[in-house]
Amino acid sequence: MSGNILEIKNLSKYFDDFTALKDINISVKEGEFISILGPSGCGKTTLLRIIAGFLQESEGDILIEDKSMKGIPPEKRPVNIVFQSLALFPMMNVYENVAFGLKRQKLSKEEIKKSVLDMLSRVGLDGYDKKKINELSGGQKQRVAIARSLVMKPSILLLDEPLSALDRKLREHMKVELKELQKEIGTTFIYITHDQSEALVMSDRVAVINKGIIEQLDTPHNLYNNPETGFVAGFVGENNRFEIASRDGEQIVTKNGWRVTKPNLDFNPTLMYIRPEAFIVDPDENMEGVEVFEADITTILFDGANTKMLVKPEGKDEILIALPQNAKFQALKQGDRVKVAVAHENIKCYKE
Amino acid sequence: MENNKKVFYILLIPVLLWLVFLIIVPHIELLVSSFKPNSGDGGFTLENYQAFFSDKIYWKTFINTTLYAIGVTLLSFAVSFPIAFYLTKVVSPKYASFLTLLLLIPLWIGELVTIYGWVTLLGDNGVINEFLKYIGVIDKPLHLLYNNISMTIGLLYMSMLFMIVPIMTTLESLDDSMIEAASDLGASKLTIFRRIIIPHSMPGIINGSIIVFMLVIGDYVAPNILGGKSSLWFTEQIYNQFLSTFNWSQGAAFGFLLLGISSATIWVALRLSGQKLDKVGE
Repeated sequence: MSGNILEIKNLSKYFDDFTALKDINISVKEGEFISILGPSGCGKTTLLRIIAGFLQESEGDILIEDKSMKGIPPEKRPVNIVFQSLALFPMMNVYENVAFGLKRQKLSKEEIKKSVLDMLSRVGLDGYDKKKINELSGGQKQRVAIARSLVMKPSILLLDEPLSALDRKLREHMKVELKELQKEIGTTFIYITHDQSEALVMSDRVAVINKGIIEQLDTPHNLYNNPETGFVAGFVGENNRFEIASRDGEQIVTKNGWRVTKPNLDFNPTLMYIRPEAFIVDPDENMEGVEVFEADITTILFDGANTKMLVKPEGKDEILIALPQNAKFQALKQGDRVKVAVAHENIKCYKE
Repeated sequence: MENNKKVFYILLIPVLLWLVFLIIVPHIELLVSSFKPNSGDGGFTLENYQAFFSDKIYWKTFINTTLYAIGVTLLSFAVSFPIAFYLTKVVSPKYASFLTLLLLIPLWIGELVTIYGWVTLLGDNGVINEFLKYIGVIDKPLHLLYNNISMTIGLLYMSMLFMIVPIMTTLESLDDSMIEAASDLGASKLTIFRRIIIPHSMPGIINGSIIVFMLVIGDYVAPNILGGKSSLWFTEQIYNQFLSTFNWSQGAAFGFLLLGISSATIWVALRLSGQKLDKVGE
């Protein structure tokens, strides 16, 4: 026993001469909530379909509960999927949808009934068993789809962007609900998404995939604070991106002519990222280890607690800065000149 | 608003004209004459309908035609469903529209010509017999023409498209992930077919079946040209009454019996399959 419920080993997938996935290695512990995060077309759905058995890997292997899944068809794998479109069966009611998989296992009527009603109450759909699918709201459909998969007691539940069809409010709500449901049930979740916020909020660990390779597999915290590659820095969370023109000792110069000090660099970076919240507006005079500069405010982007502003230092760069909503900064307006500081450690440099 | 109403009534006029003068008036005319003696004298009579029940050949043909039409409809479904499934779910969309176009070609040529096409294929000196003789499988020609089988082929051929297209439309709306979800939940191919694909395409199947049944039961060309002595079609009886014996009243009565039986069959079929007529168009 490796102790891992899922082990993806050196997995590659080629479509003709297109490489969809290259040398993927992921180990997932039982009960973990793992997200596969990446832009559309990065190969994340291909990976999910390979795990589920709808696609064959070109190289490498997948072990579920230490058993190789080579040649095992989807209906025989201890894995269930919640599809992006949910794929509920509209010709059946809620009960029949959830019971569909159990009926295939030749269980007795009473057993099926008990499991189905139990699962429906766990996802908060007590009394909905006779409802037709088209009578349900988006969130309820979501829960039926999850119940339909979970009732099969899979080792792993795969979720293919199940929240993408919901409106924003409901999506925020379902994020929390999914995470809590997963904690309560304890099933391993593998969650495919292109929405970094979904991945960060819900997951224990996140694998960021770009162009078929894993850029970083880490906790949400590390992913956000210590991105290993320029892609991760740009993709996960909001970020200011600067292209670097040259380096002169500790001085780096962006293409648009902004000069920043970044000590202890041992390579020539091409990209620099600084988070909007890493900037300190109107800093203390005697702060240390910081880069201080002056800039003109070009725009204030008021959004309640998420209010930000765009400033222009020397050169043509525009920097997005998060603006804490305390009284001190309320008077700031377009055209003002502000003093801004950023800690050297928060200036992230990459070479591509 | 006022203007919209005007446009609505203006657009309604051709529909009403068409309905009233080409459908309702002739039907009333025929209905009236079916209750009149052929001589035209005298008033209301049921003799045209009585003649149908008293003469064995009439009602036997009638029942035969109905059963055959049901059979051809079922057969048409059996042949069309795999084709529709192949065109919507298996073949790449690149070729699907081209292949669908190929299906349409017989319609452009017209029924009479395609039916004669079958005559040249199936005849004693036709393409198939000559070929079989050439490769030495047979030395006497097979009698492929003028029997119930050749008639069925003709009926199937001219009606199949009207089954394929409605089924394709419903299959196109079937989300592929629904099939994958069922398979993911452990369903076999047969179960997926029975529990997901067929129920989903039911409106298309019913729709197609109604059209095919109506076309087949009311067809005259295929039974007349491809059918044999035993495959007397009820439309041929109607034709005879109108154009051979010039008994228009009798022909009209037969026509209404045909309308009655085809409507009744469809009503029963909808009842049995638990479908509603107003849902069929969806």
